[in-house]
Amino acid sequence: MLEIIRQPWPWYVAGPLIGLTVPALLILGNKSFGISSSLRHICAMCIPAKIPFFQYDWKKELWNMFFVLGIFFGGIIAAAFLANPAPMQLNPALIKELSIYGITDFSSLVPVDLVSWDKLFTLPGFIMMVGGGFLVGFGTRYAGGCTSGHAIMGLSTLQWPSLVATVCFMIGGFIMANWILPFILML
Amino acid sequence: MKDQLEIIMNESQRQPKWYHNLKYLMVGLFFGVLFVKAEVISWFRIQEMFRLQTFHMYGIIGSAVVVGMISVWLIKRFRITTISGEQITFTDKKFNKGQIYGGLMFGLGWGLTGACPGPLFAQIGIGATVVIVTLISAIAGTWVYGRFKDHLPH
Repeated sequence: MLEIIRQPWPWYVAGPLIGLTVPALLILGNKSFGISSSLRHICAMCIPAKIPFFQYDWKKELWNMFFVLGIFFGGIIAAAFLANPAPMQLNPALIKELSIYGITDFSSLVPVDLVSWDKLFTLPGFIMMVGGGFLVGFGTRYAGGCTSGHAIMGLSTLQWPSLVATVCFMIGGFIMANWILPFILML
Repeated sequence: MKDQLEIIMNESQRQPKWYHNLKYLMVGLFFGVLFVKAEVISWFRIQEMFRLQTFHMYGIIGSAVVVGMISVWLIKRFRITTISGEQITFTDKKFNKGQIYGGLMFGLGWGLTGACPGPLFAQIGIGATVVIVTLISAIAGTWVYGRFKDHLPH
C-alpha cells in the first residue's frame, strides 16, 4: 500500500481529489475554496498601514490561515514519509532545452540550479524568486483570485469572469515560459 | 452590563473559537500532500504544461473543475447544508478589467516561479526554504496592489 502511495499520483486520481476540496470546504463551514486571500490576510494582520483594502475583520478569515498552514505541514509530511524514490519522469525535450541553460539537477520539485539561497543574488535567481513572487502576489490580487479561487472554485460555480481570468493566467504562462524565460535563463 | 454581555455572546457565536479552524488545517494537510504527490508544485511540470509537453497538469485542472462543478450542482440541487446545518451560499463574481491585467501578470509570475500561492506553502514544506523569499515577495506584491488599487484600471 505504502509503495503505491509513494509513487507519483496520476492526474485522474489527484485532479478529482483536488476538485473534492470544493465541497469539503463548503460542507465543513460554507467556505469558498481560495488560497491567495491568505496573502491579503497576512497583510491585514501584519502591515495594514491604514490602507482601506486591508481594513477588515481578518479574524473571521482565520480559517484560511489554518488551511495554508495545513498545506505547509502537508508538504513536510509528503517529503518526509511519502517521497517518490525514483527520479521524476520529465519530457526529454524539456530536459534537453533546460540543459542548454545549465539546469541539470532534476532531483527536487524546484529547480535547485536556479532556486536556492546561493542563487538568490544572481540576476536570474533574483528575477525568478523576488520578481516572480511579486508578480504572483500583485497579479493574483488584481485579478481577484488565483488558480484555486478562479480556475477551480470560479469555474465550478460557472462564473464567467473566472473563465476570463483563467484564460489570462494561461496566456501569461505561455508568454513567460516560451518567450521570456529563455532570455532570463541566459543572463 | 447586560447589553455588553449579549454583544460578547453574539460575537463569540459569530466567531467560532480558534480550534474550530483545526478542520481546515486537516483539509490543508491533505491538500499539501496531494500537491506534492501529484507534482503540482513542481516547477518542471509547470514548464511542461506551458510548453504543451504533457497532459498531466491539464488533466489535473480539468478533472478538478469537473468534480467541483458536479459537487456544486449536487449541493444546489439537493440543498445540502454545512455540518452545522447552515445554508451553503455562493457569491457571484463581477467582471472587471483586473481579471485581464492581473490575470496576465499572475500568469507571467506562474510561468516564472512555477508556483501559484498554494504550492508556495507546500514548496517551503518540502524543504525548499528559499521559497520563503518568493512568498514574502508575493505578500509584498499583494500589499503594493492594496496600496495602489485605486490608481489602477479596473
